Order: sequence, then structure tokens, then C-alpha cells
Amino acid sequence: MSITVPAPDPALAAGLDCPLRVLDLDGTRLHDPLLDAHLGDIDESALADLYLDMVRVRRLDTEAFALTRQGHLVLWPPLLGQEAAQVGAARSLEQRDWVFGSYREHGFALLRGADMAEFARIWKAYAHGGWDPHEINMAPSQIIIGAQSLHGVGYAMAAKMDGSDEVALTAFGDGATSEGDVNEALVWASAFQAPVVFLCQNNQYAISEPVAVQSGGLPLALRPTGFGIPSMRVDGNDVLAMLAAGRIAVERARSGGGPTFIEAVTYRRGPHTTTDDPKRYRDEAEVEAWVAKDPIDRVERALERMGVDMDPVRAEAKVRADRLAKEFRAAAEHAEPPAAEEIFDNVYAQPSRRLERQRAEHLAFVASLAEESK
Amino acid sequence: MTETLTLAKAVNAALADALEGDDRVLLMGEDIGQLGGVFRVTDGLQARFGAERVIDSPLAESAIIGTAIGMSYRGFRVVTEIQFDGFIYPAFDQIVAQVAKLRYRSRGRVSMPLTIRVPYGGAIGSVEHHSESPESYFAHTAGLRVVTASTPQEAYSTLRAAIASDDPVLFFEPKGKYYTKGEVDRSIVRDLETANVVASGRDVTIAAYGPTVETALRAAIAAADEGIEVEVIDLRSISPLDVDTVVESVQRTGRLVVTHEAPAEASVSSELITSVVERAFSSLEAPPERVTGYDTPYPPSAVEHDYLPSLDRLLDAVDRTLGRRNSRTDLDYASVTALGAAR
Repeated sequence: MSITVPAPDPALAAGLDCPLRVLDLDGTRLHDPLLDAHLGDIDESALADLYLDMVRVRRLDTEAFALTRQGHLVLWPPLLGQEAAQVGAARSLEQRDWVFGSYREHGFALLRGADMAEFARIWKAYAHGGWDPHEINMAPSQIIIGAQSLHGVGYAMAAKMDGSDEVALTAFGDGATSEGDVNEALVWASAFQAPVVFLCQNNQYAISEPVAVQSGGLPLALRPTGFGIPSMRVDGNDVLAMLAAGRIAVERARSGGGPTFIEAVTYRRGPHTTTDDPKRYRDEAEVEAWVAKDPIDRVERALERMGVDMDPVRAEAKVRADRLAKEFRAAAEHAEPPAAEEIFDNVYAQPSRRLERQRAEHLAFVASLAEESK
Repeated sequence: MTETLTLAKAVNAALADALEGDDRVLLMGEDIGQLGGVFRVTDGLQARFGAERVIDSPLAESAIIGTAIGMSYRGFRVVTEIQFDGFIYPAFDQIVAQVAKLRYRSRGRVSMPLTIRVPYGGAIGSVEHHSESPESYFAHTAGLRVVTASTPQEAYSTLRAAIASDDPVLFFEPKGKYYTKGEVDRSIVRDLETANVVASGRDVTIAAYGPTVETALRAAIAAADEGIEVEVIDLRSISPLDVDTVVESVQRTGRLVVTHEAPAEASVSSELITSVVERAFSSLEAPPERVTGYDTPYPPSAVEHDYLPSLDRLLDAVDRTLGRRNSRTDLDYASVTALGAAR
């Protein structure tokens, strides 16, 4: 069966044929009229800052992966390969904006200022949530696929009702585009012209299922056009393209232009989580092909082409990444487990008599064990 | 000062007063604006408060709850309407995995002060999915408060408490009682977890909620003709359950009948009777009884009067707790089972 791709309104979709890109694999600065208009301020120093961000994000990810293998964390969903998609999009936002992401948004969490000691506790199974959402304007990480997209749209609707120009960004993966919630979120964003950015990190896999299982072979970025939502398909391993696409979307939302969908075409080079075995569903050659499109190498080459002496930049990146890794490792190794009593905390704003009774019963039981062992 | 209102009008008054009193209160649901809701419960509210505060939503139940969650992050108190009990299931994940758990997930840093209004229950002669009692699904979920109302006064006061609460509350409105009238005093304040003894008696306790409270009161009147004193408790809150009030009553009466329209299996009566047996076993003079919907899907409404708890079924159960012989006493369950196998 052949599928004919309907030609979308060019004003609604960009990059369907070839993902938008402004940094070539060898670091050459390509020109894209749509994106270039939003990169005028990016000089060597700004690009070096994005490089530092990506190196830190990668180091956090690899350190956490190692900590899981060493038994200090119970699980880790790595983002290796997706650093540019997250850093570019995160840097297009202001701190007053809100992020509603999945469980793989470590780059967003780091750049928005999540407390690393608290963050480590999630993946040590010491806590379900890892930062103060109202402190860094980022909702707790979300494990139910796509559920957060509705929260992002609702937040954006509320910001609009308040007459604020703040925007919400909701991040999810290619698998989530099959969920009812994401499709409902697109309907609502369109109907209410909510100031929201949909960031779909198409990392090619939903655990083991390749994106074609979700997409029917069509670009995911085509889908929002049917909801009347402008869409961009972007090289998700190009941090500048991601920054520019994010800025386009954020500016549109901020100025009352409603929602935008960004499909960041990227690749999850690691397993789905530390319990996954990707060898069962993909070839090493495929992974190697994406190593060649590494988002960080590309920026190094671009900076070199711009004449930047990379030695001090690399040295600075290493110092910062080492500091972060050390901080995260210490948090993971030395975190104090929650007290059993905390099981009963924060279920209700107003504690219920029933729950207080259960807490008392459990504590009395625990105390009785201690009494017996004396 | 009191006024005479239907239960539907009492809900409308509670919503209007909440909208008037707090500009962070919003209403959102299908057909609630221009139409005033399929039961006209929200009649006139959009005209009075505007389409930005009384929002006609697209038809997506998960999105009604999911976007209300997003609004809660920004400090709004959203009162959502699920049009009918049987339409709530597409929103199940957003209610039980998100609304219920966000305070816990965030260790108290995120509040979800949502109210989810659900017209529920039968006896309206409608088609499938319009007469269900799904409250137990939600009572089973920690983090949610599940309440109901039996009279216009209860509807007004409990809904005001639900909207004011920083906890998420499912407010189940007995749609079969929408047009019954009662006195409403808007100054009466209710909490969200205390049951109400609505008739005192020494012989048998009937615990009911929502639409079955009226049936229980009629049973109390009928039993009184035979010299039997029935105490009727309106549970009001289904979760948390006010077990204390029921235990205190059963310690005096020694007999308990629990009634609701929802099926019996893994239900509010399962939980309540278990709790009473745990805490007042030695006070019981007879096995607790329950009068509920049967463990079937809600039947075609042509036969719903056979399915729903009725005055006569309640009186039969009261009789059994008193050791009186009736239709069920002599049932041969072994042959019933054999007959079922033969069918």
C-alpha cells in the first residue's frame, strides 16, 4: 500500500522534506532564512555557552548512568544524543516560563536550576519528585506517557487568562504522539490558542518500537497541521536550529500567536532505561551512524571554524562538568532514605482521620518490633 | 435566612457564590456555558460571569481534567463537570494518576484544589452510560476526596466546602434528585469527612449516601409503624469514610444495613462493613446487610426499579437483621448455583 502525503499549507509546516538545520555535521554554518532571523545575537561566546551547557548535561547523564550500574541509583533513563534538543529548546525560554516534561528531561531540569541532591533522590527511589516546581517553574517529571501535555496546555490557558505573556513548553517523545492526551492537548491548544510550545523529541524509539509504529511512515511534524497548529521539523542534534525553532515558537506564543509544534529529529543512543537491552531491537551500525551526528562534536567543529581556541573552552567545560558530576555523585551516594513515617505525608492537604489512624498503627507496630528485639 | 431550592438550583447557587467570592474559581465542562448544562445546573452562569470563567470545553474528558491540572499550577480553582457518570472513564488516568498523586509526588509543593462534579446514579429512565455509580473507583484512590449530597442543603454546603478545599474533590450529584426541593441556608458550613445522623433510632442503623438517603428515611418511617426504630446515617463523604460515626451508632443498635446504588462488589458497603466489623464486632447482634445495585452492568432502565435499592428491599434487609424470616431466609443457594450452571 502506498501512502500519498498530503501537501500541507507551507505556512503551517516547515522542514517536512528535510529537517531544518543551520549547523552541518562538519560544523559549517548553513543558512536557513526561517531560523537565521532568530540567531542574530549568537556569536562565538553564545555558541560556547551552549557548548558548555551540553557538556554539563551529557556529564550528568553519563555520571547517573554509571551510578546506576554501580548500584547507587535504581534506574536511569539516559538522554545521550539528545543534548542539543533539550539545551536549544530550554535556552529559548525565560525562567518565568514553565516546563512540563517527561522523565527524560534531565537537560531541562539542570538548566532550570533543579536541586541536584533532590533530583538524585528520584532515581534512588527515595522520592517521587525531585525539585520544587514553583521554584524552577518546571512540573515534576512525568512517567505516564503524554499526560503532561495537557498540563502544559492548561497552564498556558491560565497564563493567557491572567493577561500574562508567560508561555508553557511541554516536552514528550515520539511514542507519546500516539496517546490520546497529546492529541487532545493539540485540540485544546488550537481551540483556545494557548501560548504553548509542543516539543516532540523524536528519538526514533518508544522503548523498542521504532517511530514508524507510531507514525505510519509520515513525519510527526505533519500531524499538528491538521489541528491548525504551525509545525517545524528540526534537526534535533543541531543546538542552534533547536534554539532558533524554540525562539520562533516562544515568540509566537508570547505575542498572542498561539501554539507551535516542534519535532526534534534526534536519536536515543543509549537504552530506554538502564534495564533495557537495545541489542534486541536495533543494530550497532545504526547507533554508530548517529554517533557521527553527535550534537556536541558538531559545535566544537563550528567553534573551531569560527577561529575559537578550543583548548581553554574544553578545559572550562571539563571543570564545570567535573564539579557537577562530583556534586551529583555525592548526592546519590550519601542521600538519607525517607523515614517510613513519611509514607503517610502529603496525601491530603487536610490530613484525614483514617490516614492518621493508619500511621499511628504502623508506628506502634514498628515500635513493638524494636521493643521485642531489646 | 433560608430559601427553597431544587437540588440542581442549590448546586447552581453554590457555583455562583463560589465564582462571586473568589476570582480564581473557574468552571469548565461540556455544554455548561451557553446551554447551561444538559441538566441546566449551570444555567445563567456564563451570562453572569463570562465565557472566560465558565468555559464551554471541547469534548475530551481527559483534557478537561488535564488542563484543569495545568490551571491549578497557576493557582486557579477549577470546578470541572463530567457530563454523566458513565463518561468519566476517559479521564481516569488524569484523575487517579495525576490529580490524586501530584501533592504526594511533589512532596506537598503542588496543590490540586480541583473539584470534579459528576451527575451520577439512576432512576432517570435513560439509556446506557447515563445512570452509573462509579464512586468506588475513586474512593479506592488515595489523595482524592469523594463526597456526595442527599438534599439541596447538603449539595450547597458540601460543594462550597469542596471548592474551598485544597484537596481534589469528586462531588457526586444524585441526578435523580436534581428536581427535589428543600430549604437551603447558605450560611451552613460543612466539612468533607463527617457523616450526619439524619434520623435517630435504637434498633437498626442504616448507612446511606446520595440518592439512597431518602429511601432509607422512608424505610425508617415504615419500620416505625411496626415499632422498629431505625437510625439513618447520611455518610456524605465516601472517602474518607466517617467510620467513627457509624461505629458509635452500631454500638447502640447492634445492627447495620448499608445501601447504595453502586454494585456491591468491592464497594463503599464492602469497606464500611469491614471497618465496622473490625472495630465493633462484639457489638453486632446480627450479620450486617447491604442493599445495593446488583453485580451487573447497569441494566436497561425499563427494569432499573428492580436493580436499584428500593424501600421494600431495604425493609427486607432490616427484617433480616432482626432475625425475621423473609424471601431470602429460605433460599436454597446450592440449587441456585446448580441452576446457574445449567443456564
